[in-house]
Amino acid sequence: MTAFVFWVFAAAAVLGATLCILHRNPVASAMWLMFTMFSLAAIFFLLGAELIGILQILVYVGAIMVVFLFVIMLLNLTRASSDLRGPRTVGATVVIIGLLLIELLALWRYTPRRLAADLARSPMLSDPATVFAAGELSRQETAARGVVGGLAGPLFQVYLVPFEITSVLLLTALVGAVVLAKRRI
Amino acid sequence: MPATSLLGPSLGLSAILFSLGVAGVLLRRNAIVLFMCIELMLNAVNLSFIALAQLHGAGGHIMVLFVMTVAAAEAAVGLAIILAIFRLRQSVDLKQINLLQG
Repeated sequence: MTAFVFWVFAAAAVLGATLCILHRNPVASAMWLMFTMFSLAAIFFLLGAELIGILQILVYVGAIMVVFLFVIMLLNLTRASSDLRGPRTVGATVVIIGLLLIELLALWRYTPRRLAADLARSPMLSDPATVFAAGELSRQETAARGVVGGLAGPLFQVYLVPFEITSVLLLTALVGAVVLAKRRI
Repeated sequence: MPATSLLGPSLGLSAILFSLGVAGVLLRRNAIVLFMCIELMLNAVNLSFIALAQLHGAGGHIMVLFVMTVAAAEAAVGLAIILAIFRLRQSVDLKQINLLQG
């Protein structure tokens, strides 16, 4: 059942992404990208990342895409002619994407058991449960402290310094966006 | 229970979405659509982080939080740059922005 739901949302995500890159109208493109992001949020739920799924909807669909739509509206871009590049670039793109897909689709056949066998130092210890003890540990922590608590613990202990640096990044982006978009400094 | 059996399909879907994002960046000339394709690529990478976080613990989830923050900052600054370029050229077509082509 879980696998069936996964494939439905996977097909929806690929459909949305394809229409996003091919649609002529930027507003429709943005809408299809939102469709993809909603499907990905559903897949995040299936993969046990409930908080990230909610944040995906809140931050990506609710904030970032609204900024995109706002800028499209501000620039009045709705009546655009086709902006695809010429046939030579299209051919080169097909070749590059083909190579990239051949490389990346090797990931398709990965199972936890095979990944564990790749990572383990000796074939005796290649049981996924022993190689990936951290996953089971964090699952128990989530069960004990709730979805948010299981994530907040490591975020404010192990990853505290990157978290604080993120605030500097956001401040820089805020100042930079204001300075760049200002008509006259 | 999370389904760890979906690891391979999740990584494969992430690969497909990432490739579609690269194709969009290479094919389109509209700067705003190009930015959307970059967001698509970031989302695909997020999916592989989440898929592997089932095995490796909460670190993958936290990395996705950071990626989302960087994506938000990048969207804000990038769209401000596009606004500035539009004011200068009255267009967001990348073909018209060719100062570096010499």
